[in-house]
Amino acid sequence: MMAVGWTLIEKIVSKAAGAPARAGDIVTVAVDFAFAHDSSGPRRWEPMLAELGAVPWDPARIAIVSDHYVPALDIESAEILRITRRFAARHGIANFFDMIGICHLVLPERGLIRPGAFVAGGDSHTPMAGAFGAFAMGFGATDMAAIIATGRTWLQVPETIRVRFDGRLEPLITAKDLMLLLCRRLGMDNSGKAVEFGGGAVEAMDMAERMVLCNMAAELGAETGVIAPDSVTFAYLRGTGVPVADEAAARALASDPDARFEVSYCFDATTLAPQIAAPHAPDNSGDVGDYAGVAIDQAYIGACVGAKIEDLRMAARLLAGRRVASGVRLLVAPASQRTLEEATRDGTLATLIAAGAILLGTGCGACAGFGAGVLAGGETCISTTNRNFQGRMGSGDALVYLGSPFSVAAAAVAGCIVDPRDMLEHSS
Amino acid sequence: MIGRAFVFGDNIDTDALAPGIHMKRTPHELAARCLESVDRDFAGAVRVGDFVVAGANFGMGSSREQAAVSLKLLGIQAVVATSFARIFYRNAINLGLLAVVFPQARDIVAGARLRIDAEAGTLDNLDTGHRHAISPLPPHLLAMIRAGGLIPHLKLQFGASGASA
Repeated sequence: MMAVGWTLIEKIVSKAAGAPARAGDIVTVAVDFAFAHDSSGPRRWEPMLAELGAVPWDPARIAIVSDHYVPALDIESAEILRITRRFAARHGIANFFDMIGICHLVLPERGLIRPGAFVAGGDSHTPMAGAFGAFAMGFGATDMAAIIATGRTWLQVPETIRVRFDGRLEPLITAKDLMLLLCRRLGMDNSGKAVEFGGGAVEAMDMAERMVLCNMAAELGAETGVIAPDSVTFAYLRGTGVPVADEAAARALASDPDARFEVSYCFDATTLAPQIAAPHAPDNSGDVGDYAGVAIDQAYIGACVGAKIEDLRMAARLLAGRRVASGVRLLVAPASQRTLEEATRDGTLATLIAAGAILLGTGCGACAGFGAGVLAGGETCISTTNRNFQGRMGSGDALVYLGSPFSVAAAAVAGCIVDPRDMLEHSS
Repeated sequence: MIGRAFVFGDNIDTDALAPGIHMKRTPHELAARCLESVDRDFAGAVRVGDFVVAGANFGMGSSREQAAVSLKLLGIQAVVATSFARIFYRNAINLGLLAVVFPQARDIVAGARLRIDAEAGTLDNLDTGHRHAISPLPPHLLAMIRAGGLIPHLKLQFGASGASA
């Protein structure tokens, strides 16, 4: 067979499998890091581990984050959180984070997501960790219980789709807009594929925006999203206090120039307009102008993908000196406690509150219908979250539109969907 | 076992299968809301041994295993679809719920009486009289289905003394 270079994905899986692994191979891998949250984790694992007579294979390689049923709204939620705490204590899980943020942000904030790692997460948005050059795959609770018991799992090595965003993003255009475009172009049925992001617009992004790209690989139905580690990655990890020891080795994870991709796409980021996804799927998207004038009842800034400090700052830029429209409620659920601390320190929070935003606790909140802020039948919401399937955010008769923090904040002020670029022009 | 086909379209998502708003309820209470946003009568109408038949990307979205658990609790014998979302597919197999990739799934009409033999790799449509070949599962997954799912399968490896639920 002719020698062919290796994709980033093949390199990580080969290391985890302990043998060369090519796209299409079915392999068993050693998991470097496993995590889950209160909904998918201990409450589901305990009976299975008991049945197996097994204990966690390596508590130091496991993290648990209570972020779904927080804070407890009723006795059932409280019970789920109690089981989660008990499991962490009983098994010596030092990386247990209780109600201080969403797993996909809390873990990278602490430097726990490492370039080249094989990461298994009990949540479909696990691919967000791919922004750090990890292979991060989401699993259901039974697969996770087996991983917790054995430290191993199997997979079919995904083919890689390469997506290049060339050019540069114009003001008020974000990674979220790129991903809503990509959902429309690639569809949501990319099972068996990994998406590797690159190009000038991606290289210019901070980690927060890169995380949005990889997070929403889940909306493409892909196995994961991934970005080769570079100086931006290393700077972020230095900031967490856990720098990358061997940066040259981490850079060498990048796909070889002669690696085989299933398909490559190039998009010009420069010409992109803000994107909005209409009910009831992220691929049902178009330019913001197509939806201009759609009246809203609620604007929601939340979730792993859409309530990082950078997202709150975007919203604050739009909301500074303005008020949320009468009859509209703007809910803000910061993605982590550190996000909230930062927003308090730099004045972002004061700007949001002054505009009339209602502050919710940190956690997954209304995004998946678990927490505060869900919708009644017939209501319309615009949200910074990542998916808008029917019935996800409350009533099955509610309508949820997706957009960037700029688009959501602009709609909150106008009372209907508007192009945020028009609003910023008016203010200047 | 012969069952009836309940037919759905493409991109049936996990929020339709296991609505988040009901996720903290008991598995049976959650199953009673399964697919209600798409077909309000589904959970009430379905009987043990029936089939869910769908188009592309069945089970897209969340990793929540309750999507597959709910179908299993309702007695669904197998989900037959033109393609599956990967996490749902693994969850189904892990729980011992048969998930069959069948490119002609769209030809099956609602109410059709079906019979599947996973070991033999056949799908019979008793209404049309057609027998179709279905692609066999990889050996490691067939072994898992035979054992009743991933945990019973692993239990053989662990040799745990049946401290069962």
